[in-house]
Amino acid sequence: MTTWATLPGSRAGARDSGSFWLRVARVVGAGQRRPYVLFVLPAMAIIAAVIIFPWFFTLFMSVHDWKITQSRTFVGLDNYAQLFGDERFQWALLRTLYYTLLAVLAPLILGTLAALVFHRKFPLRGFLRGVFILPMMATPVAVALVWTMMFHPQLGVLNYLLSLVGIPPQLWVFDPGTVIPSLVLVETWQWTPLVMLIVLGGLASLPTEPYEAAQLDGASAWQTFWRITFPMVLPFLMVAAIIRTIDAVKAFDIIFVISQGGPGTASETLNIFLYLQAFAFYNIGYASAVVVVFFALIIALSLALLYVRQRSKWSP
Amino acid sequence: MKDRNQGPSALSRRSLLKAGASAAGIAAIGSVAGTAPSAFAQSGFDWKRFKGEHLEVSLTLGPRGELLQKYRKEFEDLTGMTVGDEQVPEQQHRQKVAIEFTSGNTSFDVVTVAYHVQKQLYGRGKWLVDVRDYIKDPKLTSPEFDFADFAKGATDYATQKDGRLDTLPLNLDYFVIYWNKELFAAKGVSYPKSFPEIIEAAAKLNDPKAGIAGWLMRGLKNANLPPYLTFLLGYGVDSIDPDLTIHMDGPEAIEAAKIYQKLDKEYAPPGVTGFNWNECQSNFLLGKGAMWLDGIGFALPLEDPNKSKVVGKVGYGVIPPGPKAQRSPLFGDGIGISGSSKKKEAGWLYCQWATSKMMAQRQVEGAYGAPGRSSAYQAAMSSPNLKAPKEWLECMIETIKIARAGLPDIVAVTEFRDTYGVALTNMITGADPATELKKATDAFRPVLIKTEKG
Repeated sequence: MTTWATLPGSRAGARDSGSFWLRVARVVGAGQRRPYVLFVLPAMAIIAAVIIFPWFFTLFMSVHDWKITQSRTFVGLDNYAQLFGDERFQWALLRTLYYTLLAVLAPLILGTLAALVFHRKFPLRGFLRGVFILPMMATPVAVALVWTMMFHPQLGVLNYLLSLVGIPPQLWVFDPGTVIPSLVLVETWQWTPLVMLIVLGGLASLPTEPYEAAQLDGASAWQTFWRITFPMVLPFLMVAAIIRTIDAVKAFDIIFVISQGGPGTASETLNIFLYLQAFAFYNIGYASAVVVVFFALIIALSLALLYVRQRSKWSP
Repeated sequence: MKDRNQGPSALSRRSLLKAGASAAGIAAIGSVAGTAPSAFAQSGFDWKRFKGEHLEVSLTLGPRGELLQKYRKEFEDLTGMTVGDEQVPEQQHRQKVAIEFTSGNTSFDVVTVAYHVQKQLYGRGKWLVDVRDYIKDPKLTSPEFDFADFAKGATDYATQKDGRLDTLPLNLDYFVIYWNKELFAAKGVSYPKSFPEIIEAAAKLNDPKAGIAGWLMRGLKNANLPPYLTFLLGYGVDSIDPDLTIHMDGPEAIEAAKIYQKLDKEYAPPGVTGFNWNECQSNFLLGKGAMWLDGIGFALPLEDPNKSKVVGKVGYGVIPPGPKAQRSPLFGDGIGISGSSKKKEAGWLYCQWATSKMMAQRQVEGAYGAPGRSSAYQAAMSSPNLKAPKEWLECMIETIKIARAGLPDIVAVTEFRDTYGVALTNMITGADPATELKKATDAFRPVLIKTEKG
């Protein structure tokens, strides 16, 4: 049986073998004091190549004025200064936060309600759960193309459905005032099932004793939900909120396909702004500065949610 | 301000047709189907000198890409080479190609280029091969190629500022007005002869209760610049002069913007701020639009009974004269050889074939677009294979006379389209044209100066 002690590079193995790998392990492991380094090296090399190097290179580019076909000039923090003075960037930042807020809250509320419904036993529950999670399986670009047709003010099915119940036609993504809520509608349709699955998992793991006690004390359905279910399921909701926040902040495909950031700039979020700077205007340095700020934003939001999650942890 | 009614960029119908008339035998060819290989092989030119080579061709998704793919086998038979051709949607194609060129090593040997967006970028990077020496070399260029057959306006459009010719003109796109003859007849309206008459006709034909829009025109930012420039050119000015003078916030630009605003705000369908050509086309195909201002290349879907409810009812109208000039904005695509290709000369054979008289004639006959070759129009006029109505071809030939480069010849074309595109979209939702144009110009001027300096 192979044990740690007999592996090349380990102290025991080192005594028995004079192989090439042992010599490498000696060098890398500083004379066998840290033989595990050898095993970590491949993963470290890959991480360095695909994560650390791109990050440092992005930081490097962000301090240069660099446009495709033009020479690169070091500008220090000028790109960042320009960014925070750029009205279009500021609006994109605000829109991103607005979009994120809606695209997190709506699926959280609807997903929780759906989970409460599907947690109960009723005929065909399994089948209906399967149907409910179907939108999540679709490719976002395909979903966006279908919704683009549905949103069409004259030819789309949504306005036709509204007309059946006497509601006048809406402009949906073709109006600056309604474009972001309309895009959030697509996000909500697609990602509510994810929240439902997470909350459903949480509900299934809850103990039954508090419910029995509540029943004995004569608690109403609302009191049971608000005083027992909600606090106990809150950590699961926070997990769903973190996943949804990261997803919503970096939403690109649905917005780009449906509205391309328009009308005008009414749905231009940070991602669309970044895309334009990098791949339409080829402002590589400026776009890199946007990436750095964007990364900081995601980290800040995630840390805030993680903090809230820690605070909301339920212990039996 | 200079009057540009007779500017150097204007294409001459005479130059197009003169060369066409002298192109012996072209008109007589009539039907070109099935005659191609022999037509190419007449001069004894060695098309097979690169036999066995493989070429990669990167094409923009669209009618020209379709045409080249349709006849790819003919090129392969003619040369003994094999071709891997890929069509990529326009926006993605532009990004993919720019990134590959920046990397210094492209995956393709031959590529299509949008003159109105990419020409300056490609020229500055010297990414494509200058083909002037190839054209002069009888070992590399077939006598049938006849470079003089390209209209001067087309070759001028293809030529870089430093004189390099790094593409051959593949297609020219002119703006025209499609009009629904049935709707015009029902309201007793005749085709407009001036800008005020366009507004008048749109007002009369607009019938929201019946679901009919008097006017269809792109409102989506970036895509909305070409229709706006149609009106600006009618005021006798270009958007930006070669000396970088910007006219986009001048009195002519504001007047043109007011027309644009009125038409799209009052007579276009609700939601037009999100309309690109595709949404306009959908409405027009369904008979829900009386007039539609856009590129000339939509005759095929409009006359296709499987897609269109307006077959046989479409009029193809030349842009009416503006207060100072009668102009149609011109856009175009070319084809060139990647500077990093190891098969440049083989790629040149492909470019010759792709822009040959035969392919150009097929392009017109099949309504795939408007080639830069003069002979193609003459031949198509007498061809029984013309798929689009003759009125479409006549409109195109008339429009060639008044065509002028639509977008400015600058590197930052995309920023230009984006910045002013947002301004135009804002106007449709009620913003003041003068304020929006001033704001956009203030934002764009530093970008222009910076990019043109570099």
